[in-house]
Amino acid sequence: MHISDAQQQPERRPLLEFSDVDTYYGEMHVLKGVNYRVGEGEIVCLLGGNASGKSTTMKTILGIVTPQRGTVTYAGETINTLPTADRVRKGIAPVPEARRLFPRMSVLENLYMGAFTREDKAEIESDLERVFGLFPRIKERLKQSAGTLSGGEQQMVAMARALMARPKLLCMDEPSMGLSPLFVEQVFDLIQAINRQGTTIFMVEQNANMALSIANYGYVLQTGEVVLSGSAQSLRDNEMVRQAYLGELKVAAH
Amino acid sequence: MSFQDLLLQQIINGVSLGAMYALLALGFTMVYGIIELINFAHFNVFMVGSFVAMWIMGAMGIVGQSEVLYGLPLVGVLLVTLIATMLITGLLGVLIERVALRPLRGVAGTAPMITTIGLSYILFNVILLAVGADSKNYTNPLPRTHWEIGEAVLRLRELLLWGISIGLMVVLHYFVRGTKMGKAMQATAQDPEAARMMGVDVDRVVAMAFFLGSALAGAAGMIFGLYYNFTSFIIGYTAGLRAFTAAVLGGIGNIPGAMLGGILIGLIESLGGHFIAVRWTDVIIFSILVLVLVFRPTGLLGRAAPTKS
Repeated sequence: MHISDAQQQPERRPLLEFSDVDTYYGEMHVLKGVNYRVGEGEIVCLLGGNASGKSTTMKTILGIVTPQRGTVTYAGETINTLPTADRVRKGIAPVPEARRLFPRMSVLENLYMGAFTREDKAEIESDLERVFGLFPRIKERLKQSAGTLSGGEQQMVAMARALMARPKLLCMDEPSMGLSPLFVEQVFDLIQAINRQGTTIFMVEQNANMALSIANYGYVLQTGEVVLSGSAQSLRDNEMVRQAYLGELKVAAH
Repeated sequence: MSFQDLLLQQIINGVSLGAMYALLALGFTMVYGIIELINFAHFNVFMVGSFVAMWIMGAMGIVGQSEVLYGLPLVGVLLVTLIATMLITGLLGVLIERVALRPLRGVAGTAPMITTIGLSYILFNVILLAVGADSKNYTNPLPRTHWEIGEAVLRLRELLLWGISIGLMVVLHYFVRGTKMGKAMQATAQDPEAARMMGVDVDRVVAMAFFLGSALAGAAGMIFGLYYNFTSFIIGYTAGLRAFTAAVLGGIGNIPGAMLGGILIGLIESLGGHFIAVRWTDVIIFSILVLVLVFRPTGLLGRAAPTKS
């Protein structure tokens, strides 16, 4: 079932690589010998249903869970057991599932939390201006507590907060979840804008259609195993993906 | 004594007690706010603090209550004692967390809380074995200066107690609001996993909460001794339970709530004790605890009940 089309994957230097990674959650074997490769400057998306191991993949990248076997390589360095704080310092920043803003902090305080590991005050201020350029709406809400924002606004703040870390790799977990269609489109436009500014993006997404329309490459995860991978175009053309994730047929895959 | 003067006197007493309870309640609330743990060892960190302060004054050659200091020497002795006591009890809190509680982090259920009860007993028995069961006259170098307002009396020691409490709370407020560590504490209290993803070292944040809470308990222990002129291995329970009630009344996990709850419990104790009967004080205070838990578990300033997914 595994197909790959090497000729379509541009040969970029890998920023993040999983090789034969096994992750457990207590007794549960969640990721089973998983391989991913995220090239510098790419948008790579990970598709999969519930309990497929998408969120565990994210947690493994961020160092919230540690793999039992295999290696996770970031910028040429094995990071299997590197503490989360050091990963953030090295440029891995999350846009977590369900946003996870600090609800009783103001929007501005949330943005500063994104820059928590940084000491370069002047640069942080200039990054703040850069972020306001991408997300002009946020600027009107700076003093408001984050918990009072709408879902779409919270997603903007979560993305802006991650950018405040000056990430090389942005890990986005379900960025379109719970958003109105109008906001979904805006969010995907912004993801592309962020990518054009040089940030590599690894994204877990339910909205396969949108995700594959902006991604370079994609992986399909099922019960902890990569069952399919290829260029975004090849996945969009793949019969199984069309059935299971693009909703082109009325019947679900399983 | 006229009713107004009596009332004023009881308010002076109540605010004094309340300031002490507030300091103690802050330790409960900070630790709870960050790891949702009721730390019963806190009771006896406070008790240890009152002995530590007395020993420090002793080490500076000040013993008993006959030696009275004025001016700069008085301020110096109190400041050194306060800071050293807070450092020692603060480190005791960090030690407790590191040795006994961190290994249990992530263990579901009541095991960590039960452990804090055990730790509380250890502190209690260590002091009992070290100093004996009788209560000790506290070292007190404060002059007996006082002012009369009508027939009510305001003593220097009350002003001092208010000053120390307010000063510490202001420092705590600016620490939590204005420093990076304070922001990390707020973030961890609101969403520990998200805080970790931002690069916050959650272990350090928890250790800091224990340090600050235990340091404030040490300050409260010193204040207790100076206020009541005695200390004993047993003082942790009454004061600790009242301070715990204060923390719950204000909304556990909420810093301004702990301050408000402390003052209210102090006032209830002194006004209730005078106008109803002293022997009913505990009944009144713990009835409040029960009523708050039943009807408003989030406390006066608390937000929606804390939930963890």
